[in-house]
Amino acid sequence: MSFKKKKRYRKRRARGVQVVFREFQKDKLALASLFFLIVIIAFVFIASLFIDQESLMRINLYDRYSAPGEKYLLGADQGGKDILGQLIIGARNSILIAFAITVITGFIGIVVGLICGYFGGWVDNLIMRFIDFFVTIPSLMLIIVFVTLVPKYTVMSFILIMSAFLWTGTARLVRSKALSESRRDYVSASKTLGTSDFVIIRREVAPNLSSLLIVELTLNFAGNVGIETGLSYLGFGLPPSTPSLGTLVSYANNPLVLQEYWWVWLPASLFILFMMLAINYIGQALRRSADVKQRLG
Amino acid sequence: MWKSVVRRCLLMIPQLIALSILVFVIAKMMPGDPFTGMITPETDPERIEELKEELGLNDPLPVQYVRWVKNALHGDFGVSYTFQRDVASLIGERALNTFWLSFVSVILLYIIAIPLGILAGRYQQSKLDKSIVFYSFITYAIPTFVLSLLFLYIFGYKLQWFPTSGSVDIGYERGTIQYIWNKFYHILLPAITYAILGTTGVIQYLRSEIIDAKMMDYVRTARSKGVPMKKIYSKHILRNSFIPIAAFLGFTITGLLGGSIFIETIFGYPGMGQLFITSIASRDYSVITALVMLYGFLTLVGSLLSDIILSIVDPRIRIE
Repeated sequence: MSFKKKKRYRKRRARGVQVVFREFQKDKLALASLFFLIVIIAFVFIASLFIDQESLMRINLYDRYSAPGEKYLLGADQGGKDILGQLIIGARNSILIAFAITVITGFIGIVVGLICGYFGGWVDNLIMRFIDFFVTIPSLMLIIVFVTLVPKYTVMSFILIMSAFLWTGTARLVRSKALSESRRDYVSASKTLGTSDFVIIRREVAPNLSSLLIVELTLNFAGNVGIETGLSYLGFGLPPSTPSLGTLVSYANNPLVLQEYWWVWLPASLFILFMMLAINYIGQALRRSADVKQRLG
Repeated sequence: MWKSVVRRCLLMIPQLIALSILVFVIAKMMPGDPFTGMITPETDPERIEELKEELGLNDPLPVQYVRWVKNALHGDFGVSYTFQRDVASLIGERALNTFWLSFVSVILLYIIAIPLGILAGRYQQSKLDKSIVFYSFITYAIPTFVLSLLFLYIFGYKLQWFPTSGSVDIGYERGTIQYIWNKFYHILLPAITYAILGTTGVIQYLRSEIIDAKMMDYVRTARSKGVPMKKIYSKHILRNSFIPIAAFLGFTITGLLGGSIFIETIFGYPGMGQLFITSIASRDYSVITALVMLYGFLTLVGSLLSDIILSIVDPRIRIE
């Protein structure tokens, strides 16, 4: 009897994925955002396989600023290059780079944050002073300065420069959570049993931070898309040979293009806008499902 | 309380030193030297050596660093070779423009954000609250340069309500009412963009403060005394809820500085952010170093300001 009861209880208990799923079911807009994001990312990645980047970037002056129509679905730019093709390639690059930066900064931030929060003491003090300093420097400006200083500028160096400046937020957050977590009884109990610190951090503390981390990384991803496209817009992002969404938007710096040839820059702007809205909305829904008090479902 | 303020100021000194070392290292990493533009192929190499010796470029780095700091403290950041003039006076002019833009932005920001935050907190979970929360979500998610471009396109070019670049039209005499009005008119569109982007934080803070305050004992006491709800909001809750908003001011300034690079470039507004981008494009290194140092300093002042305001209004968090 009691065994049966237990079983039923287990069935009813929502597991991690189910909680998230229920949250999305309750919030139709979040579900729509998720659907939208999956569709556009899938579209961008599949479509980019069929685009020959060399023929795309070939300049064709006859089609200079040709309006959206049969030949070019979204028109052409200054060099007669297809906007739709550039949009797809640019979106793929922007998404991949933002993803790479999110993974790198996430990894550094989590490792540093866990070490600081778990061990405390002088290690924590030293690293936190360093992070405090990082927070007070004008990072956007310094990223731009370093981008112009690097002699052989590639996509990789851009990713590394961005990551060097953007890992501190995650580290701070993880540290504050790890700090309170590592004072809990289960950690002391585990220590008493003789578990090594590495195992405690890796197998006991870190999993308890996972829900928080998923939210943080999602929002970071959105932020990184914003920063990368913004820097590319200013001309300090991806090298010119690698089109980004920001590069397309930057054509609007020419007032003539901004006024007359809206098809050159508007689709990319709207693409960035809706992608950011969708990712951020998903992030918020995830945050709600990570917090019992805020859940809708 | 003064003790706490002084302590907080003292804490800033090591940060300033670290910042200056970083900026100095960057300045040393930059290609070119102070003679760029002065030297022609005919210049005698010995003469270059002499000049280098004169300016102390052959001294050990720590000596150079100390000299650089000394000069910077006297306001001497060298000469901009694209503009052929003193960096300090060049930046000073642009800083004034940026200051006015930020000033108008901050005022607009509070004009927009405070009523919205109050309404959202007061009518929690209503349709109005939900739409305000949604609005603040959108302004949080949208990147600065996308919103700025859309505004410039819609309000500047399509509707032609606002000028599309510059800080003042030619042909106005300095100091006249028309001149000031024209300047204000140029500031307005970038300032509105700034303000809208900055409202998120203030709205969310104010909203959650008011929602929390509703549950407080002092509100219940006031209600049981028979004070009308309207008065409780205006006299009791608002006063307490404004505390974090006041402290937010410092962070707002920091945020404005970061955004100024985008906004000033897009709206063609001749401030420090635009100067930074043009200097980077023309590799004008003396201007770049001075601007990075100045922005870093202002960011530090912003966080200092926030901490001081907080320690005034909330005695619990004073630094001991």
